[in-house]
Amino acid sequence: MTQAQDQSDWAVLMQDSLSGDADAYRRLLASLAPTLRAFVQRRGHAYGLERADAEDVVQETLLAIHLKRHTWDPSRPIAPWIVAITRNKMIDAQRRRRVRRDVPLEDVAPFLTAQPDDDPLIRRDLETMFEALGVRNRDLVQSISVEGRSIGETAKRLNMKEGAVRVALHRAIKAMATMYRSYES
Amino acid sequence: MKTDDLVTALAADFEASRVRPNRRFALALAAGFVVSAVVLVAAIGLRRDIGAAVASPRFLFKFVVTLTLAAAAAASLTDTLRPTPAAHPWRIAALLAIAPALLALAVALELLSAPSAQWWPRLVGANARWCLVFIPLLAAAPLAALLTFARTGAPASPRAAGAVAGLLSGGLGAALYASHCTDDSPLFVSVWYVIAIGVVGCVGAALGSRWLRW
Repeated sequence: MTQAQDQSDWAVLMQDSLSGDADAYRRLLASLAPTLRAFVQRRGHAYGLERADAEDVVQETLLAIHLKRHTWDPSRPIAPWIVAITRNKMIDAQRRRRVRRDVPLEDVAPFLTAQPDDDPLIRRDLETMFEALGVRNRDLVQSISVEGRSIGETAKRLNMKEGAVRVALHRAIKAMATMYRSYES
Repeated sequence: MKTDDLVTALAADFEASRVRPNRRFALALAAGFVVSAVVLVAAIGLRRDIGAAVASPRFLFKFVVTLTLAAAAAASLTDTLRPTPAAHPWRIAALLAIAPALLALAVALELLSAPSAQWWPRLVGANARWCLVFIPLLAAAPLAALLTFARTGAPASPRAAGAVAGLLSGGLGAALYASHCTDDSPLFVSVWYVIAIGVVGCVGAALGSRWLRW
């Protein structure tokens, strides 16, 4: 999916992550995101995906990589593992697109050239999922993700124990992955 | 949520999202086995002559063949829970073929050693119906525990992963049932145990294709 250099870097970062290096893990995800985006934009067409789907698939893939990272066999190259997960999520998105009501082209035309993160179509889907988390969990996730606070700071701000914040965050992340899947049916 | 924000959230979830698959697998196996063993002892019962039976090679072979199948499936399950196709599919096939090969050998020995008038009665046995009921019943708890564990995976083929979980559960259920069952001939095992384990394997495949998608 990309140059050999990246692949061996990812393998090293993932190996470090699996043995408990949180910083390696953050760097791995940050470096994967743009590559996944380019990959999905390039290959998405073969799955009948449109530009508006790409960022959804990237986020869904990152969620799956996160929740399933223990399924990588460190004795094997990492790129095929990443591609397999991405392909699975592109197929999911393809199924979703089939069941979704067709939107007339003139309605989406103004957004086709917009930046992925600013695309109103995408924002609507993700905001909906975000709303579905519930007020308290949304605050918690937003505090960590958008506002960039640590777990400790978030715990203090929301007057919770650190362990409770960890559990709530993990549940919210699993819920986001499930919500993506529930769009299919 | 922007993708960069999602990455921040996922990185913060690093500790809580850590999965130790081997430990979970062992726990699922142990939990399923213990529940079924309790059901066996409390509700179904061991055969009355079990003290004498343990000296019989035919009785012991039932454990050898069913536990060989369970062990082979256990050794293959983790590989089926990855999103990439198995690195060595022939290895899984070879492992799973050991128990049927042992059974075929035992059947051949039985046919050579038993008079042909005994073949049919030994094949039909006395407990065929219970065999078909109790093996799936005793496999239910291991199958439920293993499928729950398998949901932490990301199988390339949910159906195949479910089938392997089914064979593992069926092998365990059959090994437990073997200590109740008084039909010890390999001829009996090669028909009724095989059907019962096959049913559990098919149930595992069907449930897997629904529950193990990710």
